[in-house]
Amino acid sequence: MTIAETRPAPVSARTAYRDWLLARMATDPRVVCLDTDTGLFTGADFGPATGRYLNLGIAEHALMGVAAGLAASGWRPYVNTMAAFAAARAVEAVKIDIAYNALPVRIVATHGGVAAGHLGPTHHALEDLAVLRALPNVTIAVPADVPGTTALLDATAELPGPAYLRLGRKATPELPGLPVPRLGELQRVRPGRRVVLVATGPLPVLAALGAEDLLAAAGIETGVLHAHTLKPFDGPALVAQTAGAELVVTVEEHWAAGGLGSAVAEVLAEAAPGPRLVRVAVPDEFVGTVGGQEHLLAERGIDAVGVAGRVRAALDPYHPAGGQPHAKETP
Amino acid sequence: MNAPTADPVLADVALRIRRHVVDACAGPEGGHLGGSLSCTDLLVALYFRVLRVDPADPDHPDRDVFLLSKGHAAIALYATLAERGFFDPAELAGYGRPGSRLMAHPVRTVPGVELPTGSLGHGLALGLGFALAGRLSGVDRRTFVLLGDGELQEGSVWEAALVAAAQRADRLVAIVDANGLQLTGAVEDIGGPQPIGERWAGFGWAVRYVDGHDTDAVAAALDTAPWTPGRPSVLVARTVKGQGVPMVAGKVAGHYATLSPPLHARAVRGLRGAGERP
Repeated sequence: MTIAETRPAPVSARTAYRDWLLARMATDPRVVCLDTDTGLFTGADFGPATGRYLNLGIAEHALMGVAAGLAASGWRPYVNTMAAFAAARAVEAVKIDIAYNALPVRIVATHGGVAAGHLGPTHHALEDLAVLRALPNVTIAVPADVPGTTALLDATAELPGPAYLRLGRKATPELPGLPVPRLGELQRVRPGRRVVLVATGPLPVLAALGAEDLLAAAGIETGVLHAHTLKPFDGPALVAQTAGAELVVTVEEHWAAGGLGSAVAEVLAEAAPGPRLVRVAVPDEFVGTVGGQEHLLAERGIDAVGVAGRVRAALDPYHPAGGQPHAKETP
Repeated sequence: MNAPTADPVLADVALRIRRHVVDACAGPEGGHLGGSLSCTDLLVALYFRVLRVDPADPDHPDRDVFLLSKGHAAIALYATLAERGFFDPAELAGYGRPGSRLMAHPVRTVPGVELPTGSLGHGLALGLGFALAGRLSGVDRRTFVLLGDGELQEGSVWEAALVAAAQRADRLVAIVDANGLQLTGAVEDIGGPQPIGERWAGFGWAVRYVDGHDTDAVAAALDTAPWTPGRPSVLVARTVKGQGVPMVAGKVAGHYATLSPPLHARAVRGLRGAGERP
């Protein structure tokens, strides 16, 4: 089937996370759920684990410190806030209290990227992966769909150090055929080797798969790699999987600085000579237009058509896309 | 105010700790002299009277927890831990020297240090985490957090104070080392907050006041916390920055010092004088 035939998943990744956490708390007496009045747990039945759910109020800095104190005492806190607050407002506490001490806190950040949509730049997180990637000891996972969310929650549950999981807001399309993520591994999804697309996050992965469909139809052999783990980043696999490629294109819901494109650039530069790199990311400006997540990304060239256009422009500088994302043509 | 503690043994311990602090400030990197001396008697009361800790088993699950939120007073904490038996006081001579583990802000590799602090405004939330951990475990633990009065200008202190009160964390006890001075001047001139106790009361904390250099009074107050069931407690300890070393006592300039040999000798003479004062 082509990616154009996919349909929205019945639940969002964050709902799947909530259900996973409720089940986990029932079986793992060390797990504590720390909330900041997100509403994600409204009406949730924690059963005998009710005492291990604490709503600390709208206090993200305190959230991270409290989580560190609990983790240092042997508990396994799952902290809940939006990515914009976890990786910006509260980041000093994440850095010093959690990362410095390598404590097993799970930071589950919803509304990653522009998932907050028309709520605007105050609630967008387009720097979170860069910020967290800069901190030692932190594992960073970005699931692309519901099965990937539960797999990465399972895979990070027993890590001795901190983990950051970036989730979205609304249900995103199902991605049939996507291999179940194995934490720390860059995984091949489509086999082509002339052009290799590397994507992270639900809609970027969807865009990469859709672009592969379009490029294949145009006779351009293209492969897709799923980069669900940003840290530690699987550099050896990237080098191996892009060996001999003419072009590597990263696709992400993040500013270009410090995200997946940067991680790939760092690896390829140090392994040079290697393929040419094009980074498809949110342009270096605040997202100042109104719309939902998919609209905002498509407007900035982060969809199947946009990614395919960037590939064709890179392969042929005389292509009508002119080597620029079509976002630049949007007033 | 400023009367030496009535307990001669603890007075002697405090004098030794102050000597370690002064010596550390004569090392290659210098140190936070004034704020370490202002909280020395508070640390003596905590570690020699109040805290249920075992130097031979620093990680005992039932221990009381102490966090030095004003982490820049690390040399006073290291000296107190060493005098209490957590490690050999001889190690203090390495303070600030390459190869030593004694960093200028507390580090976890030093026995007795729970978590690193020093970026101001972190300790209270960490302490709340320990307090909630004790409550979840059913452990009869108290968690004590020592803050500076200048530190109270950090908004994160008040965020954590609000959360602690809402969580009814009455096994959490804050102590404010109210020496009245910060790096460049008087706390009340720069940012307050004043009056300290009323601010905490407004956030739902039970408040008491004490002479922070009267070890007996400090210990007596802390021993009885929580003072109001369901409320966290804060002890506002009036102190003198640089207490015990007359050449810096009450002076802004004593915040950080790298003591030359003559100044070190003068500080030590001052300590002896303070110790011998009736």
